[in-house]
Amino acid sequence: MSGLAAFRALSLAIVRGFLRDRASVFFSLVFPLMFLVLFGGLLGSQGQSEVDLVQVGEVALLDEMDPDTRAAFDDTFAVERSDDLAEAVAEVRRGDADVAVEMRGDTLVAHYTETDQVKAAVTQGALRAFVDGTNVAQSGEPPRFVLETERVEDESLETIQFVTPGLLGWAVAMSAAFGAAATLQGWRQTKLLRRLQLAPVSTRTVVAARVAVTLGIALVQMAIFLGLGTAAFGLTLAGSWWMAVPLVVVGTLCFMAIGLLAGALARTTEGAVNAANIVVLPMAFLSGSFFDLDGAPAWLRAVSQVLPLKHLNEGMLDVMVRGEGPSAVLVPMAVLAAFAVVVTLAAARIFRWETT
Amino acid sequence: MADRRSGVRLVDRRGGRVSAAIEVVDLALSYGEVRAVDGVSLEVAEGEFVGVLGPNGAGKTSLLELVEGLRRPDAGTVRVLGQPVWPRDPRLLPRIGVQLQASSFFERLTTREQIHTFASLYGVAPARGDEWLERVGLVDKADTRVEGLSGGQAQRLSIACALVHDPELVFLDEPTAALDPQARRNLWDLLAGINDSGRTVVLTTHYMDEAEVLCDRVAVMDAGRVLRMDTPAALVRGLDAPARITVAPGQLRLDEARALPAVEDAVESLDGVVLVTRDPARVVARLAEDDRLDGVRVQTATLEDVFLDLTGREYRA
Ligand SMILES: Nc1ncnc2c1ncn2[C@@H]1O[C@H](COP(=O)(O)OP(=O)(O)OP(=O)(O)O)[C@@H](O)[C@H]1O
Ligand SMILES: [Mg+2]
Repeated sequence: MSGLAAFRALSLAIVRGFLRDRASVFFSLVFPLMFLVLFGGLLGSQGQSEVDLVQVGEVALLDEMDPDTRAAFDDTFAVERSDDLAEAVAEVRRGDADVAVEMRGDTLVAHYTETDQVKAAVTQGALRAFVDGTNVAQSGEPPRFVLETERVEDESLETIQFVTPGLLGWAVAMSAAFGAAATLQGWRQTKLLRRLQLAPVSTRTVVAARVAVTLGIALVQMAIFLGLGTAAFGLTLAGSWWMAVPLVVVGTLCFMAIGLLAGALARTTEGAVNAANIVVLPMAFLSGSFFDLDGAPAWLRAVSQVLPLKHLNEGMLDVMVRGEGPSAVLVPMAVLAAFAVVVTLAAARIFRWETT
Repeated sequence: MADRRSGVRLVDRRGGRVSAAIEVVDLALSYGEVRAVDGVSLEVAEGEFVGVLGPNGAGKTSLLELVEGLRRPDAGTVRVLGQPVWPRDPRLLPRIGVQLQASSFFERLTTREQIHTFASLYGVAPARGDEWLERVGLVDKADTRVEGLSGGQAQRLSIACALVHDPELVFLDEPTAALDPQARRNLWDLLAGINDSGRTVVLTTHYMDEAEVLCDRVAVMDAGRVLRMDTPAALVRGLDAPARITVAPGQLRLDEARALPAVEDAVESLDGVVLVTRDPARVVARLAEDDRLDGVRVQTATLEDVFLDLTGREYRA
């Protein structure tokens, strides 16, 4: 029989089943979006106050800025001058200022605290952008220079920037894991799995159809998140954001594998979905999907390193927000792929065609 | 329909021209302690209509699933259409059609989408699916989701999905369970038609009348074993059970009845006097001579008697 026709028929059946299941649509699309609106809309709308910056001594980078750049810079920073580094750092420590900068040779050194994480991130990101911009400017490439300045101007680095990747990671993880777990269990309960075994379709085709639909759902989630974030909440994507697409694909496979394992272990559909929940929800917390973990104890951050969602979130932050190059996702992708392979093998080992 | 099992094909089979659709040798399957199938051997000829009878838990479903190649037997072999069924052979699958005891559907699809999906899986045009919906009387329910079908409607859809690719060999596990009398008769006609066009049909059922009407041969199972396998008529004959002739009240006194030739026993009942005999023809002839035939009813042994005789009257686990 034509494997392609079977693949299409199965995919269509799964998509229809998904779209007609209000609970799955709600939990994979609406529910995470509610969080996005909550974080992005409510928290983000408070706006970001200016960063109080203390300039210690001569800082060529700041003093020699061209007017355009200067204007952009002043949008973000309120500059104050000082000659006493120790006093400036003390001010930062007391919280009277957000950051003190000095020049050490060619290096711009910024002293800041992590007390206000958003501000710390803004400071770091903005200063890095200025340094990068200036470097480019001095290497004599005007177009790049213009581009970089623009980015600086737009880089408001509001809450939405940091919330979007994390929530997207959680949404993708949740729907991939639930989809796989519920499908496997549901099909096993109704004996559909058995029935398909008796149809002239290979297991490969069945699996491929399920994977294709889950990937499709993940990419739709991504499009909605990024689209809504950009259109409604002022989300600005860094240059290599498109590398988040392959990252999300690998992440989806990884969480499908986790769902498959949950589905293989559980004996009922509810059990499978609960098992997926028990894995994914705490993981989302520990992976910084809902709030930044920089303030968390060191042991917790160490734990989060072994969680696949952490790597998915970090990879997305790197290319979508922090402005890192395309290669920043390679390591997270490798980690997620390794997880996917190991978990799939485990699921395959304990898989049974029936619940009994 | 009673002539359906009247020998034409049996002669064919005995002539040896027809090859075996199913060959089962020493098949066994246990679930832990439970011996669901315990050393079954049987053969089904091509074009034959075979019924598997047995109390709940007798092992009918297990046997069918082994023959379909869904389960790996603990021991023994199964060949279907000349091919071993285990391990799974994708070339064999399009030639067989299966309706499992539990309705196995894609969640939240409508009746039509359901059968179209199965049609695609078997590489059959969707239009064939529509034809089948018509044949099982589900056109009105074409746009209803499977969750919204009644038990009998779901059963009919399940059967349509099993037959949509026009298989040579059909397995149906209690296809008429949950069907209303109309649907049951319609399905009988449908299955008889399929069988008449040369296809082999194997079904399980708890309805003895169904087995008597449809099946060339029936296998009576209990506790994982096939106790007897033969034509329904031969099974009834083999039972050697007496016939019961009821004579309307007032026609015959009890002592007269007992004195009749070939009558083994006679009892009074509300319907009249019941004569127990192994030679009903002779007794009826005698009653005719005496002009006492008014309202006479003759009950011979049925497959149900055979079944109860073989499997006892105890409840099964
Ligand atoms: N998956 C299973 N796990 C454990 N035991 C099972 C399983 N399936 C069937 N059995 C046991 O095997 C025996 C045969 O079951 P089977 O389903 O074949 O009976 P059946 O003849 O089809 O009954 P019914 O008329 O109720 O459909 C029963 O004792 C049953 O309890
Ligand atoms: Mg059964």
